[in-house]
Amino acid sequence: MSAHSVTEPSARQKWIAGTLVILYALITMLPLVWIVATGFKTPQDAISYPPKVLFEPSLEGYVNLFTTRTRIAADDLAALPPPETWYEQIVRNRDMVIAGPSRYGERFMNSVIIGFGSTFLAVFLGTLAAYAFSRFRVPLKDDLLFFILSTRMMPPIAVAIPIFLMFRELGLSDTHLGMILLYTAVNISLAVWLLKGFIDEIPREYEEAALIDGYTRFQAFYKVVLPQAATGIASTAIFCLIFAWNEYAFAVLLTSGNAQTAPPFIPTIIGVGGQDWPAVAAGATLFLLPVMVFTILLRKHLLRGITFGAVRK
Amino acid sequence: MAEVRLTNVTKRFGRTTALDAVDLTVPDGAFVVLLGPTGAGKTTTLRLIAGLERPDAGTITVGGRDVSSETPAQRDVAMVFQQYSLYPHMSVRDNLAFPLRSPILRTPEDMIAAKVGQVAETLRIAHKLDNKATELSGGEMQRVSIGRALVRDPAIYLMDEPLSSLDAKLRSELRIELKRIHASLGATLLYVTHDQTEAMTMASHVGVLDEGRLVQVGTPREIYENPVSVTVAARLGLPRINTLPAGLFGTAPANAATIGLRPEHIAEGEGREASVVRVEHLGDQTRLHLRLDGHDIITLTDVHTPLRGGETIAIAPRAPLYFDADGRRIA
Repeated sequence: MSAHSVTEPSARQKWIAGTLVILYALITMLPLVWIVATGFKTPQDAISYPPKVLFEPSLEGYVNLFTTRTRIAADDLAALPPPETWYEQIVRNRDMVIAGPSRYGERFMNSVIIGFGSTFLAVFLGTLAAYAFSRFRVPLKDDLLFFILSTRMMPPIAVAIPIFLMFRELGLSDTHLGMILLYTAVNISLAVWLLKGFIDEIPREYEEAALIDGYTRFQAFYKVVLPQAATGIASTAIFCLIFAWNEYAFAVLLTSGNAQTAPPFIPTIIGVGGQDWPAVAAGATLFLLPVMVFTILLRKHLLRGITFGAVRK
Repeated sequence: MAEVRLTNVTKRFGRTTALDAVDLTVPDGAFVVLLGPTGAGKTTTLRLIAGLERPDAGTITVGGRDVSSETPAQRDVAMVFQQYSLYPHMSVRDNLAFPLRSPILRTPEDMIAAKVGQVAETLRIAHKLDNKATELSGGEMQRVSIGRALVRDPAIYLMDEPLSSLDAKLRSELRIELKRIHASLGATLLYVTHDQTEAMTMASHVGVLDEGRLVQVGTPREIYENPVSVTVAARLGLPRINTLPAGLFGTAPANAATIGLRPEHIAEGEGREASVVRVEHLGDQTRLHLRLDGHDIITLTDVHTPLRGGETIAIAPRAPLYFDADGRRIA
């Protein structure tokens, strides 16, 4: 049997492989399930020992996530008119009243603007650069590509202090633009390298055909190359978004009042009125959703090899 | 349609010279076939005319206009590629309409529909127009690819082995189709192939390329009957021309190193005795594999021949071709 021969695995092998995959999935899913579950617990259930697997669901965590509350005296509470909404009721049950909205919504929007903005920019610039590197004779091409790659050879946070000082000088500290530029800069090397690989795979003949068919180089690029690079662009965008969305260290360092993203904000929820684990878990759960939705939306591009079968070899 | 003229065109890729001072004229309305082995510079010639490559020396004119500084789009040429022919993300209809929708042509949609329908009819792909380009067989893909050139009315059609990947039946059908299109449109074609049947049946002129040099241009008959060298002689004719030491059959012209014998140059029943190695009955023709003084000779004979392997037959040259030591034709 040669090293390259492919044989159909036996039923036993399939069973073992299947079991291992399911086991691994369960182990990796467990923290996630726990976070989602904790979001629907009451603060008492969240910290009870032994941990509660079965519990009565409550939306208190989500209410606490989106509100700030003040404790008031029992007499004053009794004097208030009855609560108008279900979430006011939940808060009143804890002898508190809603003082106002929390900043979670605002922080979440910051994450959306900075995450998607930097992803768009990194993928946009990355696609153009990758196309140029793939198709044109660029002077010092290999050195430039290596330089771009080398920007990722140490953890970005290693240059935190120079960046902190630069941002302060340039007035970029705690701005959306500053964070978008920073995440774009970190992601662009990944984007260029990934996309160059995808574009290299697209035969030049398609563009040459388009050039002869009467189109300019740029028109050939967006009418013929871009649609075929969709798979690569989608997967690159997912990688870039995941990084920008989850980034914590720079966000802590460079943002505070204005452009703070959700990751540094979520832990601060803990401090509001005791250890409010359900609110933290609720914040984390909601924070997971956009990346999940984005990945699911782009999944068909990831799976569909659109050039499959079109090329005669 | 227009005349295309290459003057003294040279193209190098690094250290290799792909084309070496080529002069070639494709007359208006001609069907010129470029013939030659792989790496002879056939495809490079097409790419230079199309503007996908720039020559290192020489000029290219289309309809008398120097196109050196023009982009491929400005040159008004259509090209059929050997492979990677269709835009995979588009339907067959959109593939065919693509050149007509270009900023250079900007054809109204109703005219596009009419033209696409007409070409699809000609190439018998009308029932596939709404398919995705990826949902076609190899033959259909190549017909769509040819169709994408035919929707236009360019100065010249450039075709790079468009039939090489098709099966024999489709190839012979499309060969007739292309010839018909050429005749009815009065189109100018420059067609690259290494298939001599395509060259012989379709071409009004054949150009033979060898190692970047255009060694001979002429009608298919001229090239076949009057080749300038051994390599040209070997490009046309099936079975291939037999090349043997000049003196094998007695006297030969001075300086002759090689005698070239096509089947019709071999008279049977006279001359030297050769042993029959094998008789191949191909149906419409019968090939004799002979051996004479250690040299293999292949010729044709009567399809009803009684000859069998192991027997002998006398053969003699009749109006053969002679070549010198460098392969040049001398008689």
